[in-house]
Formats: sequence, C-alpha cells, structure tokens
Amino acid sequence: MLLALILIPLLAAIGILGGLPARLSAVVASLANILVATYALSCPACSDGFSLQVLADPNINLSLGITGISAIMVILSVIVTLAAVYSGKCPEGREKLWYSSTLFIAAGAIGAFLSTDVFFFYAFHELALIPTFLMIGILGRGDRKQAAWKITIYLAFGSIILLAGLLLATAHTGSFAFSDLKEIPVAAQNTVALLLIIGFGTLVSLFPLHSWAAPAYASAPTPVAMLHAGVMKKFGLYGLLVIGMKVAPQGMLHWLPWICVLLLGNIIWVGLVTINQKRLDLMLGNSSVMHMGYIFLAIAALSANPDNTIAVPAAVLLMFAHGISIALLFSLASVVEQKTGTLEIAQLGGLAKTAPALAFLFGLAGMASIGLPGLANFAGEVMVFFAGFADWTPGESMGWVQITTIIALWGVVISAVYMLRAYRNSFQGPLVKATENASDIHNCEKIPSYILAITLLVVGIYPKIILQFLSN
Amino acid sequence: MNPWLLLILPITSAVIIHLGLKRSATASALLSSLCVIATLIVSFSLLGSDASVVALDWINISGLNLEIGLELDQLSKGMMIVVTGIGVLVHVFSLGYMKDDEAKARYFGCLSLFMFSMTGIVLASNFIMMFIFWELVGLSSYLLIGHWYHKDSAADAAKKAFLTNRIGDFGFMIGILMLWGIMGTVVFAEMDGSQFSSLCTCLTGMVVLLIFCGAVGKSAQLPLHVWLPDAMEGPTPVSALIHAATMVAAGVYMMARLFLSLGITPDTAELIGSAPQVIAWIGGITSLFAALMATQQNDIKKILAYSTLSQLGYMVMAVGLVAPEAGMFHLFTHAWFKALLFLGSGAVIYACHHEQDIWKMGGLLKKMPITAITFLIGTMALTAVPFTAGFYSKEGILHAAHHQPLFWVAAFVALLTTFYMFRLFIVAFLGKAREHGSKEASEVSLIMSVPLVILAVMSFAAPHISAIFPVPSSWSLEFDVMPHFDDPVFWTSIGAFLIGAVLAFTIYSGKDKDPLSIPLFRNKFYFDEIYAWIIKIFQDALAAIVHFLDAFLINTLLVGGLTRSATGIGNFFRRYAQSGSLSGYAFLMAVGVLLVIYFTVFASK
Repeated sequence: MLLALILIPLLAAIGILGGLPARLSAVVASLANILVATYALSCPACSDGFSLQVLADPNINLSLGITGISAIMVILSVIVTLAAVYSGKCPEGREKLWYSSTLFIAAGAIGAFLSTDVFFFYAFHELALIPTFLMIGILGRGDRKQAAWKITIYLAFGSIILLAGLLLATAHTGSFAFSDLKEIPVAAQNTVALLLIIGFGTLVSLFPLHSWAAPAYASAPTPVAMLHAGVMKKFGLYGLLVIGMKVAPQGMLHWLPWICVLLLGNIIWVGLVTINQKRLDLMLGNSSVMHMGYIFLAIAALSANPDNTIAVPAAVLLMFAHGISIALLFSLASVVEQKTGTLEIAQLGGLAKTAPALAFLFGLAGMASIGLPGLANFAGEVMVFFAGFADWTPGESMGWVQITTIIALWGVVISAVYMLRAYRNSFQGPLVKATENASDIHNCEKIPSYILAITLLVVGIYPKIILQFLSN
Repeated sequence: MNPWLLLILPITSAVIIHLGLKRSATASALLSSLCVIATLIVSFSLLGSDASVVALDWINISGLNLEIGLELDQLSKGMMIVVTGIGVLVHVFSLGYMKDDEAKARYFGCLSLFMFSMTGIVLASNFIMMFIFWELVGLSSYLLIGHWYHKDSAADAAKKAFLTNRIGDFGFMIGILMLWGIMGTVVFAEMDGSQFSSLCTCLTGMVVLLIFCGAVGKSAQLPLHVWLPDAMEGPTPVSALIHAATMVAAGVYMMARLFLSLGITPDTAELIGSAPQVIAWIGGITSLFAALMATQQNDIKKILAYSTLSQLGYMVMAVGLVAPEAGMFHLFTHAWFKALLFLGSGAVIYACHHEQDIWKMGGLLKKMPITAITFLIGTMALTAVPFTAGFYSKEGILHAAHHQPLFWVAAFVALLTTFYMFRLFIVAFLGKAREHGSKEASEVSLIMSVPLVILAVMSFAAPHISAIFPVPSSWSLEFDVMPHFDDPVFWTSIGAFLIGAVLAFTIYSGKDKDPLSIPLFRNKFYFDEIYAWIIKIFQDALAAIVHFLDAFLINTLLVGGLTRSATGIGNFFRRYAQSGSLSGYAFLMAVGVLLVIYFTVFASK
C-alpha cells in the first residue's frame, strides 16, 4: 500500500507525459492517493513496511515504513497535492509539464516521508526538487530565471552539506536503515549536528539562509509554491526530528544557543522584513519563512531536553497546520491575481465588496496563519510555547529555550501586523481601479480552498485527529 | 438545563447564518435574536442550581492536558446574566437600528459569534480556554468594528483594535505559561495560591502583572487604551454590547477570576508583592486621564467611550486594591447603565440622521422624551446619584480606596464624570435644536425604546437583585440601601457630584459652542500621535532597514557571491553542453548529485 502512494502520482505523471488527459489524470491520481492514504492509515496491517534491496554493498534498500510523524506528513502531502492540482492558472498548451511536474513533486515528497532508508529519504527529496526548478524556470512569473537559479544554488548547497552530514552519521552507525540509527560517538556529534542543521536548515529557509524562499515562491507557478512551502519545506524539519535528534542529541544540545539565535532571526528579523513587503505574494513567502522559526523553537526545546514530551507533537502539528495554511494562502493569492491582474498591495483595495467569498476565505487563511484559536495553527503554536516552558523550574533563572520562547512570542504581534495590514489594504477600504470590476472566486476555484479551509477548522477545533497518530 | 447550550446555541446560529441564511436578512436577525433569548433562559435556569459538567479534552498528550470545561460558580453565572441579558436587549434594539443596513445578516451572524466567544470567556474553566475565547472575542470585535469596512476609518479602527489587543495578549500568554510552570496546571479549580509562598515575590508579582497585560489590552487600560475610542466606528448597538458592557469588562472579570483561583485576599496579597499597587495605579491613572479627555470631546459616542475607559479604570483600581468584589459589583451595575447610555446615543444618532456631534444637536428632550429621560437616568446612575445603581458600586470602590492617595484620584474622577456627562446632557438634550438633523428628530420606534426603558429600570433595580450578582459568596460584598450620613466617603461623593453638576450647568447652559478649549484634553494627550510616531520609527523604519540589510548583506554579499560563482559554472556547462534548455541543466544537476553520492559513498568505505 505504501508503495502505491508513491507510484500513483509517479505513474500518473509519466502517463501525462505520454499523452493522458493532463488535468483529469492529475485530479484522479490525487484523489486516489487520498483514498489510499486513508485506507493505509486506518488499518495498521495494510501499512506494513516494504523493502527491496537495491545495492548490496553499501547496503541500500528501497524500504518504506510509516511512523506517527510520517503518517501526518503523508496526510499533509496528499491533501495539499489535491488542492494544488486544482490551483493556479496553467498557461495554454503547457498542461503536460504543469500537471506532471506537480505530481512528480508530490511523489518525491511522499517518497521522502515514507522512506526508512537514509539514501532514498535523500534521493526522493532531490527527485522532487528537479521538477520544482523546471516549473519555476519555465513557467514561473516575473524574474523567473533569477529565482530558479537562486533556489537551485541554495538548495543544491544545502543538499550537499546535508549529504555530508548524513554520510558522516551513517558511517558511524554503519547502516542506511532508519531502524539502525542510534546515537553516534559524542566526538562526532557536534560536526554531524552542525552539518545537519545547516543542510536541513537551508532547505527549511533557516535564517540567514532564507533569502531564496520568498522570491522563489513569488515566481513559482501556484501549485509549486503550494507544494514547496506547504510540504517540501517540512522535509528538513522532519529530518532534524527523525534523524538529527536520533544520531546527535548531544550535538544538537551543543549548538542550542545557535539554534535559538537563528530561529529568532526567522521570527523577528524576517518578521520585520515581512512587514516591509509591498506585494502580497512576497509577503506570504516571507511569512512562511518567519513561521519556520516556531517549528525550530520546538526543535530547540527538544534539543535542550530530548525527554520533552510536548516538543515533538507540537512541532509536527505546527508543521501540518503551516503546510495547509500557507498552501491555502498561495492558492488564494493566485485567485486575487487572476481577478485583479495585480498583487501589488498598493494597487488593491476594497476587494471584499466585489469578491466577498474570496475575502472571507483569505481572511480565514490569514487568521489561521497568525494563530487565531479555532484554526489549526493556534493549536500547534500554543503547544510549541508550552514545550518551551516545559523544562522551566520556577525560582531558577530561565534557560535559552524559555528566553527564546518569550522573545518569539513577540512574533505573534509581528505576524498580526503584516497580515492585517495586507488584508486591510487589499480587501477593505474603498474600491480602486483594479478591484472595482473584479469578479468573485468561482465555484470551481473554491474547491481547493474549501479542502484546505475545512482541514484548518477541523484540526483547529479537534487537534486530536492529527495528534492521535503520535500517541503510540 | 444543559450549560453547554450556552455555547452551542450562539455558535450554531453564527454558522447557520454564515452558511445559508445570508440571503435572508430577516431570518438571520430572528435566528440570532431567538438564540440569545434562549441563552438568557438557560442562564437563569443555572442560577441557584449546582450544575457541573465534565470537561472535554482538547489537547491531551503526555505532559500537557488542555481541556474545554465550564466553571459554574456565582462569578460566572452572574456574569452570564449580564452578558445574555444585555445581549438580548442589544439584539432587539439592533432589529430597529440596523433595519435598513445592507449587510444585516452578516451583522447578526457576527453578533452570534460574539455571544459565543464572550460566553466562552465567562464560563472557561482554565486559562487556555479563556485565552482561546479571549482571542475569539477579539475577532468578533474586529469584524463588528469593521462592519462598514469600505470606510477607511472603520477598517483602520478594526485593525487597530486587533493589534493593540495582540500586544496585551503577548504578555498574557507569557504570564499563562509561567503560571503553568509554577502551578503545573492551567485549570482554575486546581490552582493553589500557597504554591506562591516558596517563591520570590518578584517572580509571583511578575506573573500576575504579565497576566494583567491581557486585561490592559482587553479592558483598554493605559497605555493600550487607544483602540477603544476608535472602536466607536462600529454600529452603535455593538458599542453598547461589546465596547461598553461586556467584552471590555472581560479584563476585570479575568483578574477577578485569577484572584479567586489563587485565593488572593487582603491577607494573602503579600504573596504577589507590589503587583496589586501597580494594577491599582494603572487603573487610577486610566480613570483620571480618560475622564479628562472626555471633558473636551464633541462626538456623543466618543464621550461615552472615554467614560467607559474611565469607569473600567475604576474597576481595575478596585481589583488592584484587592477588593475584586467592589470591582465586579461596579462592572455589574455599570454594564446596565452604560449599555443604556450607548443605546440611548444610538437612538439619538438614528433620529438625527447619523449626526454624532453634540453641538449640532440640542432640544432633544422635547422631541424624544423617552430617549431623553432614560438617558438622564443613565447619566444619574453613572454620576452616582444616591439610590441609583452606580451610587452603590462607586461607594464600594471609594471605600476600598479610602485612606489612600488613590481615594482623591477616584473622587476627582467622580467630579469630572458628573461634569462631562451633564455637559453632554445639557448640550444635546436641552436648549434649542441647532441643525436640521436635530430639528427633524422624533422619538424612535418601540423596538428601540423598550430596551431603553428596561435598562433604565435596571439602572435602579440592579443592586437589589443579589441573586444575579457576579460576586462569589466567599467575597463579602456589603452595602446598605440607605446612605450613611455620618460617612465622609458619602459626603465626598455627594460633594464631587454637586461641584461637577454646578460647573457643567454654569459653563454650558444655553451655549451654542464650547466655551472651554483645552487642546491637551481635546487631543487625548497626543497618545495617538506619539504612537503613530513610535510605529513609524520603531516598526516601519526598522522594518525597512532590516529589509534593506536582508536584501543587501545576506542576499547580495553573502549568498550572491555563492550564486555568482555558481552561475559561472552554469555558464561553463551551458557552453560545454550546448543544450540551451533548462531541463538539460536539471539533468546535469541530477547526474552531478548522483555522482557526488556515488563517490562519497565509495570513498567512505
């Protein structure tokens, strides 16, 4: 069953390249994947691991398995994939590339989350990156060549460092299998942890290696922005949780002050950068970078004390929530552009009058992303803050994690500032030239939004639906 | 009746209105109003009964258990009567006031959402649940202030309210986390103030003050008071319900809940160090500043808004004087008469064709007698005329402050209150009509005047219905119906009233424009200007600088160098491979990555 989750989008993508009707196949494949994922996750027996030896020496296996964290990441991937194939506006005649790339990215992401072998974990992620570059470079908007190069260079740089870290770690454990991962000798931990933090960190746009993200998302075709910001970016966080904390907990503890400083770079520094954005898409791209800081905060809490029982559920829930909310925002931003012809905030205004349904959905997604209770992100954020304070002994001075948590909380104000400002200037106030004749979001365009918005509401009200996967 | 209905009914109404009923404004209005009437009945049925409910898990993982439960004691039950009682009257009044609004359905949907959120704050059994609903009332307030979002002023006011509250919530959340660290729980019933005894009062006082930050935002205390006057951009019934009677009082309610849960009494107040004094002074200064600002405003709603700030300051001061029973009692009486004054101002605004400047009104006593007389009753209650509701509760606060410097602040504020309220009444209701809006004014329809009459009755009756006081029995709330003539506090209060009233009559009787001009008060001590400057310098300029540094240093120098060298390699490959297509580069990159993997794996063996 697990193999099917990868093969369905992969084969559909190849089929589209071979002449199958593009949009239809993509929709069918992503719907099928949601069904398979539901089935595989609802009965433990059907989600048995899968293993195929690819190379005997070194021993590399295409082995798949599902744990609590990867289950949640797979759910995230299949939901965002379905929304992504419905989103954006495919240029006339480019359907093959558009839909097959989207499915390739999805297959790569799902493969990475399901892999229980370090080699394939890495390789699937690289597989997903290639169509990402292609889509930005060929079908992107604005300064697409520059953006494509930038993301390529950055992520290749991150990937190489990551590879070095992974190889060094597996050299100590003597195996690529996740099941054999164990704490490596302390002497090597600092180096491995550093390589993993920089490597995974680049992929997650950890400050100061973040500046690829916003322009790439602004240039990227909508489904790519949704899948990369929503799903692929979680790869690095997943890697740090599943591999980094496993092989080098002492190393992570060693670099704790740095992690704290850098994550505050994401939250405060990039938060301020976000306030200064003049375009809706760049604002969203930067906000996504900023919110990575909160997930790193959970990782910092875990680094300070690997026995922190709140940190892992907090990180994973927030990864899920962020993935859904940012995908929704990118999807809606593309609708705004289609209806008004611009994403310059100064040229928008009063859109709620002419497009009330669009305004409602954007407002809901925006409120989710700034952590309004009742929507998924709040549940994740509040758990992260509790994780930050779980190891505080009253009466003693606060540690790195507590002080970081307090400073990070100011980000809640920062994110409200940029989101409400953008909303006020785009959707409220009097109508302007670009918006006075704008039509509302079409029923067909509502499909991805409703999928994602309902997910945000359900998880926000009843987070157990996601957290249950982590309980055993 | 099942207490959960109190939450289920309004949220159901909000959801149904949003999903389907939006097309039918009348049905939406009726549904929303029926739901709030039903919640009032449920709230009454809870009085006296000792209903308890099982809490539901919201997040339950190892190390963290957050639940949704209901705390049903006299504090919350009494508060529910205030919320649903005024809620019913405001809904009914809105049926008239918002009759011709084009977004009536959205308005009533948001009112239902507000009722849901406010009920959640009142009934919350723990701090996280309270925080959840705390933010949700913020959302409903944002939506209702921005009801006419196509007006720039309304959209700006809504945003300002939300952001200012967020600043308060920043401290509130830190406080909750630290309290959790100390108590090991966020549930009110499981808290134990004696856990504080082993800790430095610098820490415990800090925790209380951080939690108080939430109240500073929500109850609009200095220095976060600036959003409340702007919030008057919302429809007037909303101002009555949310920005006068219920939501803005939530900060006081929350502090009362905190003191009750921790068992803070005058005897145990030393556990939290000097935090109470700080709270009391913030409340006292707010009440003074707001009263001074109110004396020079011309917009009828703005005067009432500053008055609300000032009265909230009184309540906060009472909490800080470790007399939360006095604060809660004033909250209770104030809710009725301030809702009356706001709805009265709504009736006036409605009758004068949306004129809000009191200097353009005048002579309304003859034209709208019911509104005018009920407004006068509200004014008397607010200015603490003996035997009105406000008299008893203000006495309580003055008694709590007696023998302290804050007593004189409170007494002076009482004088100012009488002054600006009679100024309002004289200018708007007495004399001659000044402009055509007030000349054409006539009494409002029954659906709007009946709520005024009921609230006017409550402005007298409220202190005599002790069953609905939001004051737990463990706090002793004592007052006598007859004033004590040998009590200096009583005479101070009467003196303040008389001086204020005489001054107002002397200065304003028969005047057509304001003879006083005090720019400092009229311009609200320039808080808005100072904050605008701070935001410009410390937020927007800093954001621009950081953005520049981000683009220049990190992007151009640090990473740009990397990119340029890599582009050079790319150019080399392009010339070498002559492929000319991006997919060619991607292929080369994939091959490169595979080669790297192959060699590294090989080399490591």
